[in-house]
Amino acid sequence: MITQLSHTTIWVLDQDEALDFYTGKLGFEVRTDQRMDDFRWLTVSPPGQPNHELILLVPGPPMMDEETAEQVKALIAKGVLGPGAFETDDCKGTYSALSERGVNFLSEPTKRFYGIEATLRDNSGNWFSMVERTGTSPS
Amino acid sequence: MRDAIPVYIHLLRAKDLIDREYARPLDVPALARAAHASTAHFSRGFKRAFGETPHQYLRRRRIERAKELLRETELSVTEVSLEVGFRSLGSFSAAFREVVGESPVDYARRWRAAGPPPIPGCFTLMYTRPVESSSFREADGPRPG
Repeated sequence: MITQLSHTTIWVLDQDEALDFYTGKLGFEVRTDQRMDDFRWLTVSPPGQPNHELILLVPGPPMMDEETAEQVKALIAKGVLGPGAFETDDCKGTYSALSERGVNFLSEPTKRFYGIEATLRDNSGNWFSMVERTGTSPS
Repeated sequence: MRDAIPVYIHLLRAKDLIDREYARPLDVPALARAAHASTAHFSRGFKRAFGETPHQYLRRRRIERAKELLRETELSVTEVSLEVGFRSLGSFSAAFREVVGESPVDYARRWRAAGPPPIPGCFTLMYTRPVESSSFREADGPRPG
């Protein structure tokens, strides 16, 4: 039986800049930052959720040939990739704090049937929902 | 393609600005500034990156936001039209009917009777903006700004 999802890949354009964003702007913690040859295994997660790590990964060889990597980077930069949804205990407060730190939002906190939701982008172009749950689960 | 990526990053700022502030009068120079682009190159670059002009994108974003308000609030059609940035009920109703295929009154009646769909709002934002149809005539729409 599968019990949990423990890791999710977030494709980013630059690992150093992504690290600054996820730790410096969103307040996430580094779980692992390990280099081996040219490969850098870099994972982060919110302070309250050490058991689900976001893998910040740059498209490139040998996983992808250069041409494919450039196609994936273009998709990231065009903002079409939406890896998931974050939860917060205070959507409006977090929205204000993150906006002050320069985080780009697509939508302001809005009341939904499942909670209060805003939509943000990371510095690469990935979009995420940010929800303060107040009602029934959307899933 | 490598050279295009920094351009996409800047153009995305303008697209995000439309998504966030669609209700405001947004003109091409303001959007071009957000994208760090010259006004002359901005619209063409935007269309190349996202498949439609900023004006088309803004108009369809407004219609999409109006659909949400018609589904999920008790606002009147006039209130909805102003809320999403149209200047008159007439221009809103014509644009809505053309893009959605039914009048805003009929759309609201249908969805308010059924109740809002159990789909997260961020996904309706990202995935339910109307796409171009052959009957879509941009010249009839409200001009930004």
